[in-house]
Amino acid sequence: MRSILRRAGPALGLIAAWALFAALAGGSFVALANQRLMLLQTAVVGTAAVGATLIIVSGGIDLSVGSTIALGTMAGAIALRAGLSPALAALAGVGTGALVGAAIGAMVVGEVVRAGALAAGAFVGWRAGGSGGAVVGLAAGATLALAAGRLVPRLPLSPFIVTLGMWGAMRGLAKGLGDNQPVYPPSPGGTGWLADLMLPSGGILPAGVWILLAVAALFAVLLRHTRFGRHAFAIGSNQETARLCGVDVERTKLLVYGLGVGCAGIASVLQLSYLSMGDPTTAQGAELKVIAAAVIGGASLSGGEGSILGTLLGALLMTVVDNGCTKLGLDNWVQECVTGAIIVLAVTLDRLRHRALK
Amino acid sequence: MGRMGENLPRLSMQGIAKRFGATVALDGVDLEARAGEVLALVGENGAGKSTLMKVLSGALAPDSGSMKLGEEPYAPRSPAEAHARGVAMIYQELSLAPHLTAAENIALGREPVRGLLLDSQALRERARAALERVGHADLPIDIPVARLSPAERQIVEIARALSLGSRVLVLDEPTSSLSSSDVARLLDLLRGLRAQGLAVVYISHVLEEVFAVADRYTVLRDGRSVASGPIAGVDARSLVAHMVGRDVGEIYPRSARSPGDVVARIENLAGVRLPRAASLEIRRGEVLGLAGLVGAGRTELLRALFGLDPVLRGEISVLALRGPASPRARWAQRVGMVSEDRQGEGLALSLSVADNLCLPSLRALSRAGLATPRAVERSAAPWIDRLRVRCRSPREQVALLSGGNQQKVALARLLAADCDILLLDEPTRGIDVAAKAEIYALIDELARAGRAVLLVSSYLPELLGLCDRIAVMSRGRLGPARPAADLDAHGILLAATGGEAA
Repeated sequence: MRSILRRAGPALGLIAAWALFAALAGGSFVALANQRLMLLQTAVVGTAAVGATLIIVSGGIDLSVGSTIALGTMAGAIALRAGLSPALAALAGVGTGALVGAAIGAMVVGEVVRAGALAAGAFVGWRAGGSGGAVVGLAAGATLALAAGRLVPRLPLSPFIVTLGMWGAMRGLAKGLGDNQPVYPPSPGGTGWLADLMLPSGGILPAGVWILLAVAALFAVLLRHTRFGRHAFAIGSNQETARLCGVDVERTKLLVYGLGVGCAGIASVLQLSYLSMGDPTTAQGAELKVIAAAVIGGASLSGGEGSILGTLLGALLMTVVDNGCTKLGLDNWVQECVTGAIIVLAVTLDRLRHRALK
Repeated sequence: MGRMGENLPRLSMQGIAKRFGATVALDGVDLEARAGEVLALVGENGAGKSTLMKVLSGALAPDSGSMKLGEEPYAPRSPAEAHARGVAMIYQELSLAPHLTAAENIALGREPVRGLLLDSQALRERARAALERVGHADLPIDIPVARLSPAERQIVEIARALSLGSRVLVLDEPTSSLSSSDVARLLDLLRGLRAQGLAVVYISHVLEEVFAVADRYTVLRDGRSVASGPIAGVDARSLVAHMVGRDVGEIYPRSARSPGDVVARIENLAGVRLPRAASLEIRRGEVLGLAGLVGAGRTELLRALFGLDPVLRGEISVLALRGPASPRARWAQRVGMVSEDRQGEGLALSLSVADNLCLPSLRALSRAGLATPRAVERSAAPWIDRLRVRCRSPREQVALLSGGNQQKVALARLLAADCDILLLDEPTRGIDVAAKAEIYALIDELARAGRAVLLVSSYLPELLGLCDRIAVMSRGRLGPARPAADLDAHGILLAATGGEAA
């Protein structure tokens, strides 16, 4: 009963918003092409939000999503510019996300010194000698990390603080990679299939939407039907209990952030495809949309609650509002106010429902 | 009693010592929990029980001493390792994951899988089997445990421990949030587990329970085990004497009191859900008791009176003020309340003793709108002395105090605000005998000095010993207040469970 209500809440909200705009904006809003467009407009935020749901369920938060997406587009574009294949460029984007996630996870579970040593080594090496230097620096950092890790005890940090730091640092890194400029892949042929992911035409659905759906399906199974997923819920619900019952809290969290932020990496590939370039200033504020999608979808920021389906509906709801307002010719500021109101309303309704069920 | 084997010690501790800096927490504890027996571990708060439990559960390593499980040495380095060795703790604050279902909680950390995916069929079967073993096969296993009652959650926790193959079960104050019928069922369950050959360590302040379920006892005082033996060989009085190190004499003081004017009156009061109908007159110079089962609506009555919950209908007047008022207005009228939920609502745990103590009286404390930390600490100090709150300084975090001392801080807050009307909700829940005795003496003194005390308690001897009049609440309806001298435990219980009498 409760799970039906939980799922029905965001769905009803979505239907209501859609119906409202359909009534107000009419034909151009309800057109089939516009439905495909809206799905496509949801792909980037939705994919990142799927990963964020895993993180939020485990009691964590990721404020660095936007910066990670920007960094990912830069990594992918640089790979293309270097003449690598589209597949390798996509891998660079996804890998960037997973790497950032691993770094966040390491700091959250208390390995700030080791993570810091690795990052500092790579950074100094890179500034001194380009990508070759980065590898040497990384090795030096790893040595340092091994030595320091023995001396310094674990020091768990709050994910809010860690990712607030990463929010700034990854944005900075993205700018640094391109000397404050966007990076353009060689055109036209060099981008290959990577350029087609976010084209609104062709196929039943655009490729980017299929990617979103595939990631979402994978994570839904992961969250509900695997031991790892249940452990993520348990940690978000009561971390000490999970530890008591023999759950490896540290390893689970590392994996949560690696996979969760990895989704931001996948989102960055979609964003790269959409922009056709690596842009260090792209996706500003995406982190808040991502969190909003999860929250509208019924996730609790104190952990233990959330679902992939809900998050998808939440992300779609925000797209419908954006798109509908545009179709009505409303200014951007109106969209932003409406979206803000919807977030607060969604959480209010969720609280009410909780109370009613008590 | 011809139970399993020769009653070989299953868990033994010898000469356990632990110090924190200059503080000696444990100073040579010997303890023996045998298979097929319930060992009661009693002692005041601060006697070292919680430190001992942390050593036992692997959360702390002892400085010296040794532990054995059967014939094997036992030195767990973490709670998870203790769990794996078959020593399970059932804590005061329940340690389940509230969002997960009973089935998921029972299998947590060892979920059955088929390939990569969870085998939910096996998971549920395992939960059913575990619950059957504790005699609760009918407990719902598919809803989040947050929606189960405290008693049911405890059952889930015990079932989880057993399904882990635990051989030693340690229960820390397991009945503090249970109703009396749930307590009886828990004690039955423990007797059943004893018959299955488990060793049970039962920590409780409630001596009635100790005598009802334990085979042997160990008393802890000042970090030492000062007495142990078969329960048949002691009575309550000598057990308490061991705990406090002296004879406590009469625990419920009752000096001559003379009830004065009515200071507060409620008539046909009804809240949104509870209470349904309550009429009451509270007088100066008396202790008025509210008896009833957990959930009968006594807490809600206090909350409505204090302005924490909305009033649906009925009359309230406190002193000259008629009608409901906010807690802020009540404090201004010198009405104070102590919550039953000390940790969740009663105290700001991360703040200092002084900050907690002076929270309602800051306005009186401040000069030119500023309440300096120094002024707050200075005004808190006499109350800390007066109630003998054991803390290092007024600046110490309340979270670091023992339960009894936390409760004294909550009470001192009302004294610091010079309250005339004191609404006390389970003021002695989960605290040790000596602290209880001090609080009883304080309540008596307040009533004698002409203040009005409204006391909610689920512990009948306390109500009967302390109150001038007692009213019984049953399913939201409050009966008439009668002189305590005319009542007995049986009559109150009958009225509370919805029978007649009282």
